[in-house]
Amino acid sequence: MSAPPASPPATVRALWARTGTTGLVYLALGLLLVLSTLYVASRGENLFTTANTVDLFTRSSLLGFLAIGQTLVILCRSLDLSVGYVAALSTVVAATVMAGDPARVPLGIAATLGLAALIGLANGTVVTWLRVNPFIATLGTGLIIKGYLDTNFQGPAGAIPSAFQAFGYTRIGVFPVSTLVMLVLAGAAVVFLHRTRTGYHMYAVGGDAEVARLSGVRDRVPVITAHVLCSMTAGMAGLLLASRFGTGSALVYNNGYELEAIAAVVLGGTYLLGGRGGVAGTIAGVFILATLDTVFNVLAVDPFVKDVLRGVIVITAVAIYARGRPSRSAVRVRFPSGGPPPPAPPSDPGAAPAPVTSGTEGGGR
Amino acid sequence: MTETPARRSAPPALPSALGRGGTATVLLILVLIFVVIATQNPSFFQGPPLMAFAKKAAPLVILAVGQYLVIVSGEFDLSVGSLVGAQVVIAARLIDGEEGMTLPVIVLMLAFGVLVGLVNGLVTTFLGVPSIITTLGMMLVLFGAVRFWTGGAPTGSLSEAFRVPGRGGIEDLPFLGQLPWAALIALALTVGAVFLMRSPFGRSLMATGDNDVAAAFSGVRVRRVRILAFVGSALMATVAAILIGGYAGVTAQVGQGLEFTAITAVVLGGVVLGGGRGTVVAAALGALTVEALFTLFNQLYLPSTIQPSVQGLIIIAAVAYAARRGDLRPPGRPRRRPDHEPEREPGTPRR
Repeated sequence: MSAPPASPPATVRALWARTGTTGLVYLALGLLLVLSTLYVASRGENLFTTANTVDLFTRSSLLGFLAIGQTLVILCRSLDLSVGYVAALSTVVAATVMAGDPARVPLGIAATLGLAALIGLANGTVVTWLRVNPFIATLGTGLIIKGYLDTNFQGPAGAIPSAFQAFGYTRIGVFPVSTLVMLVLAGAAVVFLHRTRTGYHMYAVGGDAEVARLSGVRDRVPVITAHVLCSMTAGMAGLLLASRFGTGSALVYNNGYELEAIAAVVLGGTYLLGGRGGVAGTIAGVFILATLDTVFNVLAVDPFVKDVLRGVIVITAVAIYARGRPSRSAVRVRFPSGGPPPPAPPSDPGAAPAPVTSGTEGGGR
Repeated sequence: MTETPARRSAPPALPSALGRGGTATVLLILVLIFVVIATQNPSFFQGPPLMAFAKKAAPLVILAVGQYLVIVSGEFDLSVGSLVGAQVVIAARLIDGEEGMTLPVIVLMLAFGVLVGLVNGLVTTFLGVPSIITTLGMMLVLFGAVRFWTGGAPTGSLSEAFRVPGRGGIEDLPFLGQLPWAALIALALTVGAVFLMRSPFGRSLMATGDNDVAAAFSGVRVRRVRILAFVGSALMATVAAILIGGYAGVTAQVGQGLEFTAITAVVLGGVVLGGGRGTVVAAALGALTVEALFTLFNQLYLPSTIQPSVQGLIIIAAVAYAARRGDLRPPGRPRRRPDHEPEREPGTPRR
């Protein structure tokens, strides 16, 4: 993280830009918590009863799994609309493979995550090698899965052994185990993005695939990796859903998880066109949405009004971020903390030094 | 924009055009599907069944043309499915079986459509929100608002006059039987859109989708053009809602998933996501092809639940096929200036 002192202004500004956005999101989360506590209190209710807090954390765990993966994909300037369907398929696979037998739990988990990874691989391959717009590619994958589920699983399928159902229900204090697992996963994702080469390459490819490629990054690998990881987190979300329901239910794709995950990512300050943002912000976005849901629940808001408010909130949030970013190039310093900063302002983007510098940087890590 | 005029002025030899992924390709696919349908069910081309098909396909054609306007300008409109549902529910609730209310309510629906399109367009262009998010948000808002308004299930009923465009037609024609109004409306709107795309506005729209920076420098009012595209799409969705409401009546599920079917149709027509390429006719033919494929599945007694899978396969295959043509620009990834651009161009349009 420690930036070399070579070019202080750019580095400082970049650090500010990044912590600035994430800080803003956490500030918004804190503000939301305070405001909603006060508002709920003024209605004579308590937002932070044990039940409500557990509810909040439980909501955030499911959405968190989906949003972490989605963050990686969006950072690569891709998108995954299939996560809801992958999660639904995962509940079915987990429940049918486990078939109520505790001894088959590891097998069930492996099968679920393996299948999810394969779907992610397919998504990534279609996006990178066939050059299909990610929106369309993953929508297509989702529709294919939907057709399969609709045709073969009309009702609940399989059974989850009670040993694995504990994953959905156990909690330590007010923290459900699933939320802790989600937070650990988020931590791992942060480390992955900021400490590994593939993580850096994701930012690079998301920022500008062509420039990344010219700089010696294999531009397809990070995108495929992101898609595989995203589908696997969707698989985990499916495992969580299955452990809560105790059975595989194909119809969970109706809940619009993919849109909610994208909303969380975008609320968290990750730029929808790739290259900027991170998992830390996403987690704040997840908690913002979960808090809103909990507040709506406590206040017994009509579920349809919830949809309206959610739509308005997401649009507003994105509009605010777009506002705070008047000039796109001003905030697009790509490697704020790793490697040498780009050579002093190359007026010609195609100037020769750029690839050389970045190439040694990539190789040196 | 750079290639289009040349391609138009000198139409390439037919075989190469068929493989190009444009109008000719989708026409070929459509004809192939029709041939298969004919082998399964020879009576399909005897007039009435064909007209029934046209009546059923008309709303999707209209939606595809509307979606085309937005896609060719480089954006998406995911709110059309919700809008169709909302409009049908609004019509049922406000008309409530009274014939006299039909016309005022249709006018109100058109106004509501314009409003939705304006909001989509204004939020996308002036607030700089990506259109995927804007229209997804609009989808949620419309979905929730309409259900809240009606208390969860649609209430009221449509008038007979309202159902005429979706159901009726010119009766007792010699061979055809009934010539449905829906098909005529779809045809008229498609032809209208073709002429629109040849007008200065259409050229500006195409240029905006191809490269909005260049278009802005050449004097196109990029924002206004895009807003009008969204309004056009919402208006088309309103017309489609009138037809669908008339044809299928009022249910809570009206319109669900239509936005993706419309995008499938447009993409199947070889219209490039990200804008700047493709024709209205191809989009309309894409809609017919999707509908023909669903008809074929019905005839083969495939379960209707498999339709999404096929739709998914088509949409991926069509886009992959279009991308295969070796465009330097991968579809859907708008061409941008390099990142090292010095930050001295305030007031340039977004992207």
